Amino acid sequence: MSSRISEAFSRVQADRRMAFMPFITAGDPDLATTQNLVRELAARGVDLIEVGFPYSDPIADGPVIQASYTRVLDRKLHVRDIFASFAELTQGANEKLPPLVAMVAYSIIFRTGPEAFVRKAKESGFSGLIVPDLPGDEADDLAALARKHDLDLVQLVAPTTPPARAERILKSCSGFVYCISVAGTTGVRQELPEELREQLKWLRTKTNLPLAVGFGISRPEQVGSLRGTADGVIVGSAIVRHLEPLSKPNADRSATLRQIGEFAGRMVDACRG
Amino acid sequence: MTSTLAPTPIASTLVPDASGRFGEFGRRFVPETLMHALEELTAAYAAAQKDPEFDKQFRSLLAEYVGRPNPLYFAERLTEHCGGAKIYLKREDLNHTGAHKINNTIGQTLLTLRMGKKRVIAETGAGQHGVATATACAHFGLPCVVYMGEEDIRRQKLNVFIMKTMGAEVRPVTTGSRTLRDAINDAMRDWMASVADTHYIIGSVVGPHPFPMMVRDFQAVIGREAREQCLARTGMLPSEVIACVGGGSNSAGMFYPFVDDAGVELTGVEAGGRSSEPGQHASTLSYGKPGVLHGSYSYVLQDEDGQTADVHSVSAGLDYPGVGPEHSYWKDSGRVNYVAIRDDEALEAFQKLATLEGILPALESSHAIAQAMKTAGKRSPDDIVVVCLSGRGDKDVYEVARVLGREI
Repeated sequence: MSSRISEAFSRVQADRRMAFMPFITAGDPDLATTQNLVRELAARGVDLIEVGFPYSDPIADGPVIQASYTRVLDRKLHVRDIFASFAELTQGANEKLPPLVAMVAYSIIFRTGPEAFVRKAKESGFSGLIVPDLPGDEADDLAALARKHDLDLVQLVAPTTPPARAERILKSCSGFVYCISVAGTTGVRQELPEELREQLKWLRTKTNLPLAVGFGISRPEQVGSLRGTADGVIVGSAIVRHLEPLSKPNADRSATLRQIGEFAGRMVDACRG
Repeated sequence: MTSTLAPTPIASTLVPDASGRFGEFGRRFVPETLMHALEELTAAYAAAQKDPEFDKQFRSLLAEYVGRPNPLYFAERLTEHCGGAKIYLKREDLNHTGAHKINNTIGQTLLTLRMGKKRVIAETGAGQHGVATATACAHFGLPCVVYMGEEDIRRQKLNVFIMKTMGAEVRPVTTGSRTLRDAINDAMRDWMASVADTHYIIGSVVGPHPFPMMVRDFQAVIGREAREQCLARTGMLPSEVIACVGGGSNSAGMFYPFVDDAGVELTGVEAGGRSSEPGQHASTLSYGKPGVLHGSYSYVLQDEDGQTADVHSVSAGLDYPGVGPEHSYWKDSGRVNYVAIRDDEALEAFQKLATLEGILPALESSHAIAQAMKTAGKRSPDDIVVVCLSGRGDKDVYEVARVLGREI
């Protein structure tokens, strides 16, 4: 329990608040802007940052994140470019950045080579991995490699996961548990289902790992209902949708970064209660 | 002493194992949201397999609704033209809806009803699987949504019209390459949100376990019939069996009952497109590498980062950057030989079969015909080559006319 991710959640728990974890797409619209966005989010007090590696066939993602991935891949951005940029960002940082968690499709990890990928992720300053299409049943090897290289492998639990499966998943999970709030893809939704609270309460009895809720959260008002049952909140599409206009000529990047920063600040405040 | 041992089979028919492995291939690489549904589906399918009533219903629908068994037809003039092995065609084109796809959709729709699910979704490339799903759903009165790439909707207007006429909703897919691969992505996304009351009838031997096994089993009726018909007709097994491979469902169904017949050569024909350059073909097994796509581990066409590559084929049904995991298993074991046939060779076979036999093959099946024409000439007249004529070509006439610069 000494990883940077665990430390971040320990501080959050000591402060009796929830962690806020924004999701951003690496390279949308370019890696220099991604670096500035990480710094902006850090300055706004976010606790962790989830970094999506663009993938051509992201089945778990809704239209906003998929479109973002497509924009980046159309510009021929490579995995090695992402690693190089994050190595530069994290090694050159004057201020301490929040722990970075890479969200990566297994196709990318497999093609790079699982051990090489884990090593490069660590060298580039990532503290953990989320592999949305690698279910617990297939995760043992990658979990062992992640442990060897001192990275957390965050696993996902869905509303459709029966208790026995959830207990198996928890065994190879580290860092935190990614609790999917609704059956379906990532994306903005109005309401969080009642069953979510029940599942979080049950998970709490089964693990000491922090519980972070993602998929469908987009507004500070949704956070209140999770207080007392979740340790963290993940927001993706509601942030990534701000990046879309940046691919147009003459886009005002600093205004967009400020806009995202202000939204992140409101979410951080909502998580403090 | 040394020759008493039976030859060791190089590929087993006892695959996949309980975790969905065909050797190393297959398995499940999907979001956790779908895992429970896949476990439920695996259990429901296992129970159906043990239930004689299920098999009875399936067989009776294949006989009375689909029109099976379809003939194994001796293509005499094509044989004469090639000047070698006798060429027989397994006439899946004569099934109701004009292709092999309906074997699988009838089986999976029966399973949908058994599981008590109220809605069906499907993806389609050429539109044949979409039509076959819409047909089975109309037969059983189930609501049906078919995801289809915009590019394929343009190429296959006739099938879109048929699906809509049968009451299915056709949802255009506008993401990525706007073809089959993106239609599968969108169908999976729908399923993630609707899994409680919806069954996803995948159209090929691809996707996470148990789909590759289940679709193969429903399609294996093709090979079982062809094998029996060939034995009854000629007293011998074929020297070679040939079928086209996109995702690989007609070929998996055709090959599977022959896998244990060591003397029967099996040849899968992929879409060679315009050339072997990346982006110009869809020959996943010939030019791809093992990787992960659409929930399973199999050969794929992708770049050095694991991003799916663009593919091309004149035939919408073969225009796919992946392939079923059992085909990857058969390739690596050496049991099946995979070759590529180019667009122009397939178009020529399309016209040859029309003029020599009065049969209009689907462009997909034309790839298998082209390979049979190549191989038959090199074989003895005592040899038998059986080709899976997986579908009829009516759906392709506009595309063929366009490519050949003719007007309809």
